Amino acid sequence: MTLAGLSLAYLKDRALNTALNILLLTLSVATLVILVLFSSQLAERFERDAQGIDLVVGAKGSPLQLILSSIYQVDVPTGNIPLATVDLLRADPTVAEVIPLALGDSFRGYRIVGTEPAYVENFGGVLAQGQMFAADYQAVIGAQVARETGAGLGQKFVGSHGLSGDGHDHEETPYEVVGILAPTGTVLDRLIVTPVGSIWAAHGFAPPPAEGAAEDHDDHAGHDHDHDHDHDHDGDGHQDHAAHDHEDGHEDAHDEHAEAEPEHAAHAGGGDLEVTALLIKYRSSMAAVRLPNFINKQTELQAAAPAVEMTRLLSLLGVGIDAVRAFAILLMATSGLSIFVALYSALRQREGDMAMLRVMGARPGAIFGHIVLEGVLLAAAGALLGVAVGHAVVAASAASFPQLRDMGLTAARFETAELVIVMAAIGMGALAALIPALKVFRVDIAKTLADTR
Amino acid sequence: MTTPAEPLIEVRNLRHEIDGRCVMAAPAFAAAKGEHTLLLGPSGSGKTTLINVITGLITPTSGEVRIAGQLMSALPAAQRDQLRRRTIGVVFQTLRLIGALSVRQNLALAQRLALGQNDSTAIEALIAQVGLTHRADARPRELSQGEGQRAAIARALCARPAIVVADEPTSALDDANAIAMSDLLLATAEATGATLLIATHDNRLRARFDRTMTLAAPQVAA
Ligand SMILES: Nc1ncnc2c1ncn2[C@@H]1O[C@H](COP(=O)(O)OP(=O)(O)OP(=O)(O)O)[C@@H](O)[C@H]1O
Ligand SMILES: [Mg+2]
Repeated sequence: MTLAGLSLAYLKDRALNTALNILLLTLSVATLVILVLFSSQLAERFERDAQGIDLVVGAKGSPLQLILSSIYQVDVPTGNIPLATVDLLRADPTVAEVIPLALGDSFRGYRIVGTEPAYVENFGGVLAQGQMFAADYQAVIGAQVARETGAGLGQKFVGSHGLSGDGHDHEETPYEVVGILAPTGTVLDRLIVTPVGSIWAAHGFAPPPAEGAAEDHDDHAGHDHDHDHDHDHDGDGHQDHAAHDHEDGHEDAHDEHAEAEPEHAAHAGGGDLEVTALLIKYRSSMAAVRLPNFINKQTELQAAAPAVEMTRLLSLLGVGIDAVRAFAILLMATSGLSIFVALYSALRQREGDMAMLRVMGARPGAIFGHIVLEGVLLAAAGALLGVAVGHAVVAASAASFPQLRDMGLTAARFETAELVIVMAAIGMGALAALIPALKVFRVDIAKTLADTR
Repeated sequence: MTTPAEPLIEVRNLRHEIDGRCVMAAPAFAAAKGEHTLLLGPSGSGKTTLINVITGLITPTSGEVRIAGQLMSALPAAQRDQLRRRTIGVVFQTLRLIGALSVRQNLALAQRLALGQNDSTAIEALIAQVGLTHRADARPRELSQGEGQRAAIARALCARPAIVVADEPTSALDDANAIAMSDLLLATAEATGATLLIATHDNRLRARFDRTMTLAAPQVAA
């Protein structure tokens, strides 16, 4: 039995009070930890996924939706744009690179992205096995896709309509896995990339650009899906798919049922090929001034800068985050006060013990230390429990909301900010114990011991 | 430094006043190693005050206290604490067992503070000696007054101090236990060669002690 053991014994002796104080601190620390994990991981993920991309061009609609769907692969696209836009922008001298994206299909919830190898290169994607796709229906899969689906090289799979994995299967040619990427820590890990032509072909188009739009845009005869698509290119992707009726039934109970089906990259009615969005890299800073305006003047197109949209999103979220953080800090201050009150009143009843400890030879400094330790132990328990609860909540959120997991949210990572929170909580516990502990230097041993209470 | 002849406790011209009132005036007194002394006197005569002076918890108004040859009033606080920790075991009138700890833990803490280490065999033996083996895990508030006193005595003895000072250690005990307790104190003191000073007005103990020291009511003494 040491003085440290005595600190523990005192905490155990008023177990209910101790538990409540720990609970209070756990709540505040957990809240702060959750905020830290969310904001740091999301901000970092935002940055990594948007690396190298200066501008996104897509169909008119919400710019944020365009960014979310084409860079982070979380929302449905705003619509499709003519393939001709690619050449138009590639001809622009201020543009360094144009990467087309054709979205709309998925395999077991992993998006199939029709694109070019430049897309993979943008994220520093390196093949772990196999080779880059060279022909239609060849697919290169991200590290997470390979891990979760267990797909290996040569594996054949059939893409299904829609981005959420609950659409019906295409009854056409299966894709073949020709390459598996090493993990990049970016959106690429959970994508299946293939030539744009695969997407066109999957939707009944011959890969070479068709000549002229001979057919009526509204004629859906060429579309071979067995349910009724309401292809409406007004850019309001969310709205027009609300009317989308699945007749074939959903086999799983995903909460993404409500998610609207995105547009198919290839327009079913005409011979004119389309893509979903273009990722643009500038050659010169001049482009930033001129290009977005130029694009937004086009009737069908809109340009959105990831940096601008994400800053806007984060500042919107930021207000909420600041409010929650302020609340959590208030909660922590409250728990500090509560520890102070608990120790202060406990020590009033323990003056006799303190005197006795002095008689038994404990130095005042040692007794002071053991009281401060009591506050520190309490705070440390609350802080560590708070970190555990915070991570558990994040793990549970990532497990129950696939969107969060897809955004890269993981509980298996610790931030230095968490260490700061834990240290702050422990420091606060020590501080709360400091004033009550000073009592030991004022206690009159003889008088206290003579007291018969 | 302490030869057997040199007294372990030595008191001279001791007087203590509170608010100008003399509350304790002790006759000259010395106790050698291994001597057992009963400190007698009516209630309010200053027995507890004298014990506080001897243990260095109170600095007397005048007079000298030497413990193991060292003048208490000349020692800085830290050294006085150290001398008390190494040399004296105290049983207080109000027991002062630590409520958050079991009997066993109370003993272990005292031993740890005095010796810097724990010897659980010695503790168990002592607990058995005071007849508390079945109550070793009990908290002080769960003990009867007599059990508490026995626990406090065991705690004072567990570091095997050279001096054992006890203030009314048997006031709440029945005859059998009072005799058993004083026998325990005497036997332990005998075994360890400790010097024993017991303040009491319990006449049952009188016959068992070779020496007594009597405090008169201070008003009379002054
Ligand atoms: N802190 C104090 N303030 C004022 N008076 C005190 C204080 N401590 C002791 N006294 C007084 O000093 C006198 C001696 O007290 P003390 O406790 O030493 O007596 P005692 O012999 O131990 O008595 P008892 O046998 O009842 O325990 C008493 O009159 C007491 O009221
Ligand atoms: Mg007394």
